[in-house]
Amino acid sequence: MKKISTPYLLLLPGFAFLFTFFILPIINLAQTSTQTRIANGDTGQYEQTLRFANYVDAFVENREQFTRSFVYAIIATLLALMISYPLAYALAFKAGKYKNILLVLVVAPFFTSFLLRTVAWKQILGEEGFVVPTLRSLGFISQSTTLTSTAFAVVMGMTYNFLPFMTLPLYASIDRIDPRTLEASGDLYANGFTTFRKVTLPLSMPGVVAGTLLTFIPAAGDYVNAQILGSPNTKMIGNVIESRYFKIVDYPTAAALSFTLMAAILILVTFYIRKAGTEELV
Amino acid sequence: MTLNQKDASIPTLPLGAVISRWIGRNLIRIYMVIAFTYLFIPVAYTFAFSFNDSGKSNLVWKGFTFDNWTNPCGAPEVCSALGNSIKIGFLATTFATILGTMIAFAIGRHAFKGRSASNLLIFLPMATPEIVLGASLLSLFLVLHINPGFWPTVIAHVVFCISFVVVTVKARIASLDPRLEQAAMDLYANEFQTFRRVTLPLVAPGIAAAALLAFSLSFDDFIITNFNSGTVTTFPKFIYVSAARGIPAQANVIGSAMFFLALALVIVGQVVSRKRKVS
Repeated sequence: MKKISTPYLLLLPGFAFLFTFFILPIINLAQTSTQTRIANGDTGQYEQTLRFANYVDAFVENREQFTRSFVYAIIATLLALMISYPLAYALAFKAGKYKNILLVLVVAPFFTSFLLRTVAWKQILGEEGFVVPTLRSLGFISQSTTLTSTAFAVVMGMTYNFLPFMTLPLYASIDRIDPRTLEASGDLYANGFTTFRKVTLPLSMPGVVAGTLLTFIPAAGDYVNAQILGSPNTKMIGNVIESRYFKIVDYPTAAALSFTLMAAILILVTFYIRKAGTEELV
Repeated sequence: MTLNQKDASIPTLPLGAVISRWIGRNLIRIYMVIAFTYLFIPVAYTFAFSFNDSGKSNLVWKGFTFDNWTNPCGAPEVCSALGNSIKIGFLATTFATILGTMIAFAIGRHAFKGRSASNLLIFLPMATPEIVLGASLLSLFLVLHINPGFWPTVIAHVVFCISFVVVTVKARIASLDPRLEQAAMDLYANEFQTFRRVTLPLVAPGIAAAALLAFSLSFDDFIITNFNSGTVTTFPKFIYVSAARGIPAQANVIGSAMFFLALALVIVGQVVSRKRKVS
């Protein structure tokens, strides 16, 4: 006999913690987002005025960075999907006895710090790295073209850094596919491409959905790649929020931007899950 | 057609056809080589430049030395940042693992009112961008007049680690065979004894995996830390701050050491679990 109170007692400490340090802060953030500056007050002094126009101002002022965040994050997610899918497929079906060791090797690069890897890319793609001089001498890029401080470097950095979030869920769902379903498709005279389109891809959809979400969400809110690999022309919404908090001490705008980002991501994600038609998320 | 003619036709096969046939046959292998090269380029670069005799800024190759490895605290800020990261990671992992495991048992083992709402509360922090988590916690601390620093960072890390612990432990609980517990009860073990002697040992690998995941998430976190750590510097924060003028080679030493340590841990773990399966 299990007592009814047991699950609630188990939940209590954890949920009390999450309520205090996750729900309350979000509520508080919503409050902050409608404050206005106290006239003649010091920097960082604000009063509650319920000024919802903060959202309009914040959005209009930073429309460019918002658009950029979503465009970069979508491109990085698609690139990660294109790189990861064949990799996950090969790991699941073609790696044989090397499957486990290759799986470890896919995750291994991400044991070195996220920041160190990004700085490494900056130096590899930089003027003193080996990529730029090689491409120049081969004539692929002109003498004045640089790779760092460009949108290319930022998107490439995001693609690289969030790759395991794509590869692992993809691998998990492709690995679950019974190879006999693929054989059956072949027996029914489907060619390789048709088998992929009609059998493999639909069966791996839960992995595609989970992987794209796990890549897209951190990518859209990221500012580390844009800061290290980019330039002022590649600033994303994360960079704006950071500088509003720390450099300009404009908490209401920063809070409004954070909320808009979260709402935009939630709307996009809900729409996407509906469209992709899978409930199997976590 | 004579045999001779057939033989003569082999060498005349154009080179291009031979190459394209070889590529077709080894397409997957070629792709794997390219993908793994891409994955390992920054790691190899970091490792190589950990041997750079570079002084303060590790931007250009200046010569080979073992000094950075024999004296990893040669750049003192690197070591104190690493110490902070380990302390914060250890505390956050402990709290998140305890709280998360309790939640996982409640959700995974009990049917109760509000179960789907509980699942949602666990999912939400994972679906919230880090910058929003970090910024919202900072604004709460500011309202409460708590200065950002060591403990606010620990709290922030627990917030985002709990969900990952719950998901990992819950998956392990779901894969348990309920008949094992029933058998223990049939043998007159009471509920507590069953939990301690049967359930907990079976779930333990899941808890260990969750703790390792929590530690690595906490150790590698930058965005949330940056919002809540005030003047406390962690390892990722140190790299971010010094990235512009070049990071000392000792940071590469620590990054590479972490890579090899984690790799060794994973390989040992796999070998152990395989041996257990055999025996």
